[in-house]
Amino acid sequence: MKQKFDVITSTCVPLPLENVDTDQIIPARFLKATTREESFFGENLFRDWRYNPDGSLNKDFVLNDPTYGGEILVAGKNFGSGSSREHAAWAIAGYGFRVVISSFFADIHKNNELNNFVLPVVVSEEFLAELFDSIKSDPKTEVEVDLPNQTVTNKATGKSKKFEINGYKKYCLMNALDDIDFLLENKEKTEEYEHNAKA
Amino acid sequence: MANTLFDKIWDQHVVQHVEDGPEQLYIDRLYCHEVTSPQAFAGLRARGIKCFRPEKIFCMPDHNTPTHDQDKPIEDPVSKTQVDTLAKNAEEFGLNHFGMLNPKNGIIHVVGPERGLSLPGMTIVCGDSHTSTHGAMGAVAFGIGTSEVEMVMASQCILQQKPKSMRINIEGELGKDVTAKDIALYLMSKLTTSGATGYFVEYAGSAVRNLSMEGRLTLCNLSIEMGARGGFIAPDETTFEYIKGREYAPKGEEWDKAVEYWKTLKSGDDAVFDKELTFKAEDIEPMVTYGTNPGMGMGITQEIPSLDSIPEAGKASFLKSLDYMGFKPGQKLLGTPVDYIFLGACTNGRIEDFRAFASIVKGKKKAEGVTAWLVPGSWMVLDQIKEEGIDKVLEEAGFEIRQPGCSACLAMNDDKIPAGKLAVSTSNRNFEGRQGPGARTVLASPLVAAAAAVTGVITDPRTLN
Repeated sequence: MKQKFDVITSTCVPLPLENVDTDQIIPARFLKATTREESFFGENLFRDWRYNPDGSLNKDFVLNDPTYGGEILVAGKNFGSGSSREHAAWAIAGYGFRVVISSFFADIHKNNELNNFVLPVVVSEEFLAELFDSIKSDPKTEVEVDLPNQTVTNKATGKSKKFEINGYKKYCLMNALDDIDFLLENKEKTEEYEHNAKA
Repeated sequence: MANTLFDKIWDQHVVQHVEDGPEQLYIDRLYCHEVTSPQAFAGLRARGIKCFRPEKIFCMPDHNTPTHDQDKPIEDPVSKTQVDTLAKNAEEFGLNHFGMLNPKNGIIHVVGPERGLSLPGMTIVCGDSHTSTHGAMGAVAFGIGTSEVEMVMASQCILQQKPKSMRINIEGELGKDVTAKDIALYLMSKLTTSGATGYFVEYAGSAVRNLSMEGRLTLCNLSIEMGARGGFIAPDETTFEYIKGREYAPKGEEWDKAVEYWKTLKSGDDAVFDKELTFKAEDIEPMVTYGTNPGMGMGITQEIPSLDSIPEAGKASFLKSLDYMGFKPGQKLLGTPVDYIFLGACTNGRIEDFRAFASIVKGKKKAEGVTAWLVPGSWMVLDQIKEEGIDKVLEEAGFEIRQPGCSACLAMNDDKIPAGKLAVSTSNRNFEGRQGPGARTVLASPLVAAAAAVTGVITDPRTLN
């Protein structure tokens, strides 16, 4: 959903696993939808980790643990690898996450999050490990993600770090604009390119 | 100066640099399948716009298509709706569409190259991570999300940050029964599933040059599994020979002009890559995976790593993975009983893969208790299987050939490996539940799959002939 992004301060849901692939974020059998109802995808976020094969809740999975909650998902390195399915980003947004923090994101998924106004924040392995520790010792630990200043702050330790995002994408997120708006405005340039390519 | 082939193709397609942002890249070919396109079409409708260059867009269903009785309606109503929706959208927006039973239908990444739609020097995208396959033709091809599919439909362009470049050289001669699939699984086992993230990979070196087009398509297909944005191989005589005469390939004078241009598509001798790696072909043996990501692979005679050898931050994921697979650290996989065999997918569903599989099972019988699904990548592949008499060899050994589609690679149709069962699969992903909830996948080449199919256990194909 197009929504303006500014500063988010929230508790976190920790998922300290590496290489979480998009098949886990949303299994293939939920990709048959022909509409983009984020609530449907959100309900099935991490479906096979959230539910046992018999359909009962898997109480050991973090999303089912009432101790944790918030708008920020904190995940181990190489988050979102594998399939290009944007449904994974829809599921994350549909569940209510606005930010995913990890030390490393897979390329396609990172773009998919950005295109759905979910902010992927890349932090160092050290910052990530410390954040997992903070959340473990106090699940009420808050993190502040400040897009205008490009900083992420672990409020438990007070440690604050800069994160990267290109100026164009930052502008889009802060103003709820998407790439298609931009491309449609630039059609003449595309036509000019086509003309020159033929020549 | 960089002077890499990747730079040449990419830079030639840049419409403009967005200030403090990505590049606007022109796309020559957009492929659409039924799973990642409906929301993009809906987006166009909501904005009240049409496709900017409909003639450059080719659509076909592949993920949901059943692999039997395709002449009957699809039984699963949700799958049927998705397939029908693609047909309706293609008609409404005036796009090329190869529907089910159309002789041109098949897995999109098999059909593109075999119909001459994917050509050297092109930029190619599709809402599918295995779009990197088309890189084998000497094209810059990469997978994108649905919002990006909508971008290309709306403008024939995409906004994209230019990836870094990497060259991977495989030098020397591959050993007996070592295939392109094994090269890819070997690279992933060395680089991990994120080792090439942020990069576009050029594959080079004598072992890559000596691969057939089918082998090159397999190698490039798996680029995404080491995290790469895409992977490609500079076009050469093997490429031109493959393309010549194919349906959508240039003809006559156009052909001569095209080849003349394609011959210029190579990295300069002085090309500088952001990263360059070299491996010896001799070090690669037939590979199998033991875990739940494609980077968890090893030579078929080797043992699963011990827990001590895994870095601390990765231990939880490693143990979760082995627990799911029912394997133990330090275990060998040779001799492990197998329940299912899957030959197919955009990775290994081409004619050469069926030839390889048949070469092992010829004169033998399918092992009792093993269920084998052999799924050609397209109708064209199936026709060739029949022309070459491979179908007879397979039937005599107790195998049947199904109709084309993505099938058990991601189990969106009825071809689901049951929970707990172990499959040796020629597809691309061994993620938890990928081939069906609870299914356990060992990724391997068609030769290793065939060896398991006739022995009923994980077997080194080199010991069979």
